[in-house]
Amino acid sequence: MKGNKPDGSTQSVRLSGEIDHHTADKIRDRLDKLIDKTAPKCLVLDFSAVTMMDSSGIGLVIGRYKRLKKIGAELYVQGTTESVDKIFQLAGLYQIVKRI
Amino acid sequence: MFNNYMEMKFLGISANESYARVCAGAFAAQLDPTMEEINDIKTAVSEAVTNCIVHAYPDGAGEICIRCELENGIFTVVISDRGRGIADIKQALIPFYSTADNDERSGMGFTVMQSFMDSVDVESTPGVGTCVTMRKSMQLK
Repeated sequence: MKGNKPDGSTQSVRLSGEIDHHTADKIRDRLDKLIDKTAPKCLVLDFSAVTMMDSSGIGLVIGRYKRLKKIGAELYVQGTTESVDKIFQLAGLYQIVKRI
Repeated sequence: MFNNYMEMKFLGISANESYARVCAGAFAAQLDPTMEEINDIKTAVSEAVTNCIVHAYPDGAGEICIRCELENGIFTVVISDRGRGIADIKQALIPFYSTADNDERSGMGFTVMQSFMDSVDVESTPGVGTCVTMRKSMQLK
């Protein structure tokens, strides 16, 4: 997971590898630390390097959406692969998260 | 008569989730599936194994068994545990329903399995264990 230099407005994070129950906790903690530290207006999660995601990723995204909403910020996703996109569509995540 | 099968047991800890789905995917590869079919199988297996880890053994890690079979282009995977079982299977299958304490469990595990595999059958007895059988037909090439 790599983040851009904080500018307080938009944070872009590139997720990589597999997102499952085992990895989701670590990713969540790091994203939450980033949100708390930078208080972005907008967080972009880049999924282009994510090779597999199961429903643990759904909880991860919804949890970050709720956390950002509390501070009046928005969540975007980009680079979702076909298999990740399938999970997003199944969970109706595009109703709350914008894809760019 | 099965064309091929494999069976393995492993400790139900999250570190083994990736191992389980890679093994299932590697075994299914004998049918020369598409990348999408392999990803579907790996994701479904990941869901079933995670369910065992999160729900079956609340007091500590227990044993999970995976059996995969190949017959006439059909991949079958059976994931079973000897954990606490599911009291209400119909309720467990409802999308977004979860009994997990963790607020960030989406409750979409079974929904993903049903979407990615051709069939999902769940058998469970409280206090005895749970058995999830999934099948996927792949075009013989």
